[in-house]
Amino acid sequence: MTLQSGPQRSRLDPEPVPRRDLLGLGALWASASAMLLAVVGMLRLPKAAVLASPSKKFRVTLPETLAVGEAFVPPGRAVAFYRDTEGVYAVSTICTHLGCVVKPNAEGFECPCHGSRFTHDGTVAKGPAPRPLPWLKITGKENQFVVDEGSTVPQGTKVNA
Amino acid sequence: MTAMEQFVANLRAAPSRIVETAFRSGKPETDRTRSTFVFGNVFLHLHSVRTHRWSLRWTTTMGLGIASLAAFLITLVTGVLLMFYYKPFTEVAYDSIKDIHFVVPTGRFIRNIHRWAANVMVVCVILHMARAFYTGAYRKPREFNWLIGMGLLVVTLGLSFTGYLLPWDQLAYWAITIGANIAQSPREVTDALNITEYFDPGGFQRLLLLGSDMVGPEALIRFYLLHVMILPLVLGGLMAVHFWRIRKDGGLVKPADADQRAGTTEETVYPVFTDAPNRTYHLAAIVKGRTSQVGRGPENTVPSMPHLFYAELGVLMLTTLVCVLLGLISDAPLKELANPAVPENPAKAPWYFLGLQELVAFSAFMGGIGIPSIVLIGLGLIPYLDREKAGTGEWFGGPGGWSLVKQAMIVGFLSSLAIEAFVIHYGWLREWFPNIPQLFITALNPGTMITAVYGAYSVWLVRKYASARAGAMGLFTCFLCGFLVLTVIGTYFRGPNWVFYWSPSEWPKH
Ligand code: HEM
Ligand code: FES
Repeated sequence: MTLQSGPQRSRLDPEPVPRRDLLGLGALWASASAMLLAVVGMLRLPKAAVLASPSKKFRVTLPETLAVGEAFVPPGRAVAFYRDTEGVYAVSTICTHLGCVVKPNAEGFECPCHGSRFTHDGTVAKGPAPRPLPWLKITGKENQFVVDEGSTVPQGTKVNA
Repeated sequence: MTAMEQFVANLRAAPSRIVETAFRSGKPETDRTRSTFVFGNVFLHLHSVRTHRWSLRWTTTMGLGIASLAAFLITLVTGVLLMFYYKPFTEVAYDSIKDIHFVVPTGRFIRNIHRWAANVMVVCVILHMARAFYTGAYRKPREFNWLIGMGLLVVTLGLSFTGYLLPWDQLAYWAITIGANIAQSPREVTDALNITEYFDPGGFQRLLLLGSDMVGPEALIRFYLLHVMILPLVLGGLMAVHFWRIRKDGGLVKPADADQRAGTTEETVYPVFTDAPNRTYHLAAIVKGRTSQVGRGPENTVPSMPHLFYAELGVLMLTTLVCVLLGLISDAPLKELANPAVPENPAKAPWYFLGLQELVAFSAFMGGIGIPSIVLIGLGLIPYLDREKAGTGEWFGGPGGWSLVKQAMIVGFLSSLAIEAFVIHYGWLREWFPNIPQLFITALNPGTMITAVYGAYSVWLVRKYASARAGAMGLFTCFLCGFLVLTVIGTYFRGPNWVFYWSPSEWPKH
């Protein structure tokens, strides 16, 4: 008596899939997709939902003598203040290219990392930076201001003082 | 013999018994015990018991794969030692490195070796890849192992990059700031298309990497975890597959006539298949056909113990020697404490990323993500596009051969140098047309120009020689030359504000 019906099969021929294996295959795929979903779910953990960044608002006192076209950078901060006849404004000094801190110079700003240059109002003059330096929201008057490094305003928004 | 005498005799025999039981089947002295020495040992059994003499020729591999492994093992040992003192918290990380460097006994030495071994590993991995490429080792049946190798390359670079942040000095802080912003650079495109609000893969990548919106304590912990745990584990797993596949793919690649060219085997080496059982393969249904042919088995092989193992040990010793000497000669750098308000000027990434930094200085997205992806995809496709047979296992084998590679070197060097020289001298689009839309620059910049020249040249080669291998050789050679040119310019000729200087002595002082 032989267990095998039909023509003689070699051990190297693929086995036909018997119908009852359908359930087995189904179970296999079900557990595989469950695993996959679980992995996707676990990947949510490393994506921080609440950022532990400190508040970016701070108070600034502008020097009395700040001349037109001269930048004032509060020590340790990434923002430059300018005063002209129309008012006061603040430009972020974080390069829009790859995040180095730009340095004010006579024409505007220069970036030490890949040589981007910006004018006083943040417009890109040279180099790889793709966007102008953003203007930051400031409130206050005379020489006392509060600047929020976290919120930007359209270019040209100056505060009268 | 009394029980007491027996006890004493056993006690005296214990040392030699321990040695005997360790080797299980006796010392590797005969052909048989040399074999059991290999497959009876969990660490050695990734090797086959006998090795073809072609694989043992120095010019076949130049030992570069083993040297990569050796460098990795050195970083592993020294890295674990560094972990005794290193603290991954922003307030103390810098101080702990300083302690390691100046206070901990042998700390500076171990740190230097760790740093140097990491560099040696990157160099060896790149050279090893070039070796596998130029000997046509990626061809059937080794295609998949080439892909595993690319995974190893990426993880190796990832290990170096994550390690770079840990000292938390100026060098580290600004390199990682730039790196994280490169991860964010798809925004250059999404911003230009005005869709960042809805679709922001760049911001997501950066957030995932830093765990915050700035380079701070969360980023340090993440980089530390990646550096000491996740990436080494991934590397270990990939290596296990890499080595296993070498064996299953039939050992190292050999030219078709390797047997003749390897010359005759020494008299002292025992031939293989004269009295081997001839049915086992058939029983396991591995081999189609009746029996493996007696007397025509893999001749021209020698026992792996000692021939292969001594060679591997030699490479391991040499790599260790190089790392130790370098560590004695030159200290690992440590700049001032990280200062988020004042960037290092110039802020340079580790040397093997300076080629990328050179490209990034034209377009963040293209240089940091676009071109590297094109290169990786191109490398990965090589084994699936070149399915030719001619020249497998030969250095520079295939149509064109060494003279093609020489020509490609000229093209690769000259075109990248010419484009760089043009840009350094005349500037680029933004300087000529200040209001040009960003997408133009993203698409058309020195990086994409060099890539396009290389691509066009290799298409021309494919047609000239009617061979994908010729095109691949041209492209790979050009790619290596371009990498070299950009890396050298980025390393030696870029000063403050990324301005070109002939030498650091011309850098402006302030
Ligand atoms: C951590 C990195 C790596 C390690 C430790 C490693 C290790 C090894 C070792 C020990 C060998 C045996 C032959 C030799 O020593 O050359 C080998 C062979 C091979 N490797 Fe790697 N490798 C690494 C990365 C890569 C990379 C980046 C590639 C290419 C993309 C690659 C592709 C190959 C191929 C195709 C072979 C087979 C060569 C042949 O058959 O002749 N490997 N590897
Ligand atoms: S970060 Fe300013 S130019 Fe690159």
